[in-house]
Amino acid sequence: MLQEHAKIVDFIATAEGIAGRKKMQKMIYILKKLGVPFQEKYEFHIYGPYSEELTARVEELCDMGFLLEELEDKGSYVQYKYTVTQEGAEFRNTLKESILDSPEVAGKLNSKSSRFLELTATLLYFDHMEREEQIEKLHIVKAKLNFTPEEIKEAYAFIEELRQ
Amino acid sequence: MDYASQKLKEEKVFKDPVHRYIYVRDQVIWDLVNSREFQRLRRIKQLGTSYLVFHGAEHSRFSHSLGVYEIVRRISDDMFHGRPEWDESERLVVLCAALLHDLGHGPFSHSFEKVFHVDHENFTREILLGDTEVHKILTKVGADFPKKVAEVIAKTYSNKQVVSLISSQIDADRMDYLQRDAYYTGVSYGHFDMERILRVMRPLEDQVVIKASGMHAVEDYIMSRYQMYWQVYFHPVARSAEVILRKILQRAKELHDSGYEFAQPPTHFEAFFDRTFTLKEYLALDEGVMMTYFQLWMTESDPILSDMSDRFVNRRLFQYVDFDPGKDYRKLGELASLFKKAGIDPDYYLVDDSTSDLPYDFYRPGEEGERLPIHLLMPNGEIKELSRLSQIVEAISGKRRTDYKLYFPAELLVDGKKKAIKQQIVEMLKEGGV
Repeated sequence: MLQEHAKIVDFIATAEGIAGRKKMQKMIYILKKLGVPFQEKYEFHIYGPYSEELTARVEELCDMGFLLEELEDKGSYVQYKYTVTQEGAEFRNTLKESILDSPEVAGKLNSKSSRFLELTATLLYFDHMEREEQIEKLHIVKAKLNFTPEEIKEAYAFIEELRQ
Repeated sequence: MDYASQKLKEEKVFKDPVHRYIYVRDQVIWDLVNSREFQRLRRIKQLGTSYLVFHGAEHSRFSHSLGVYEIVRRISDDMFHGRPEWDESERLVVLCAALLHDLGHGPFSHSFEKVFHVDHENFTREILLGDTEVHKILTKVGADFPKKVAEVIAKTYSNKQVVSLISSQIDADRMDYLQRDAYYTGVSYGHFDMERILRVMRPLEDQVVIKASGMHAVEDYIMSRYQMYWQVYFHPVARSAEVILRKILQRAKELHDSGYEFAQPPTHFEAFFDRTFTLKEYLALDEGVMMTYFQLWMTESDPILSDMSDRFVNRRLFQYVDFDPGKDYRKLGELASLFKKAGIDPDYYLVDDSTSDLPYDFYRPGEEGERLPIHLLMPNGEIKELSRLSQIVEAISGKRRTDYKLYFPAELLVDGKKKAIKQQIVEMLKEGGV
């Protein structure tokens, strides 16, 4: 019961908190694409793959008191930071086993910028296409972000690293 | 004449209770409507299990898809036609995307997708790009045409005006389903002045905006949507039927995995249980097929599968209570233990369900949500986000409403064996302490 909620809490606890809604969205999408059993449904939105269900679930977890949402003023924008509360840590224990086989994956994802995760998630969204077509599509849907060939290469390498 | 511009000798019309008539002149559209994959939508209800609450809600995804097509046809041919900011060459792609946007929906989609971890959008793409009648028809327009239609539906198409007509906070999909679902459920919500909205829609740069003079019609549309969600789409009794439907599929899968010998083998489901399904197997499923299995499973020897099937077919649904998961999740664990002691499997007979909706939201630079806002076009050419001008919309912007329910079979707790434990369960449920 409430196992899908518990998976989110478990992941945020493993990542030792996540700064940024966009970042959290992309981290979970990337893991889902790599076979981690998150059940939230994703669609393509402004910043690439996005799950309304995940947004709802995180808001619910904040209302339940299992997650703490803090606002950080970054000057030109605000950023939301999520951490697991004491009550949330207890709730996490209702999960039979951790969502991640190797917890260090959470740290690897968390160490990346949200721009890089947006790029990686978008490439994964198009993974049913040939690589050349994926990159072409990336430049169409993310024209304003001007991703460089180096960034794209790095994103593919990162995907490979996560797959191992 | 090339296939893309071929017109029917005589215009075809569908009589429709929402739009009165739906007009088809393009050969491509007519051929798509007559394809196997599109006709299959006649056998999938638009509102899933809601017919068990609103008996009129038996309408199909076929009629909704035609309705979305008709709204987009009117926008493209009547409202946007001749406007310099609208690219006329997009007409056919947007009409096809409107008609086909729900093509990948399966029977009782919501439950089916949850249990089998599939996504109807992937099936839509497969139908458009795979070996299907629809694909053959679209390919006659152009080799890359099926891909273009698929991109519009997946929201990755380069022309954002085209995408937003099918999918945005004020799109043809929502405008049709709100009115259609209101009509067939018989509720008095869901009505708004679509005529007015269509007349004030304008293509502008990479979006579709609404003339400020149409703001009140848009307010009405947003409030209609809000009311429909809470009065119809999230109706707790329809959710009870959804819960039971999920449990039937979950049980059938569990039995299959454990090697149980079905009296009626679940042939149509086996590929989904084993995750080896193909598009052909997906398309072979519809609600008629599923209901037939449920009727046959009512006599299976497995007591859970037969009971759940009987509950769905004969509308013996679960009761429900409100609960606050933040406060009560531990009690939920206690309750599950009591169910076990009472000989009732909590995995099937004690089910929590939550649902939530965000009626309207707008993009704020930085870290907020990802919804494209509704923009109003002011008389001086300026663009303003809707909630900045509308107090009604401002009041509900960004405010999510969530509802939690706990479902259980009340009649199994009334009498029989282990009465004392059952009484304890009933007391806990009555207290609202879960």
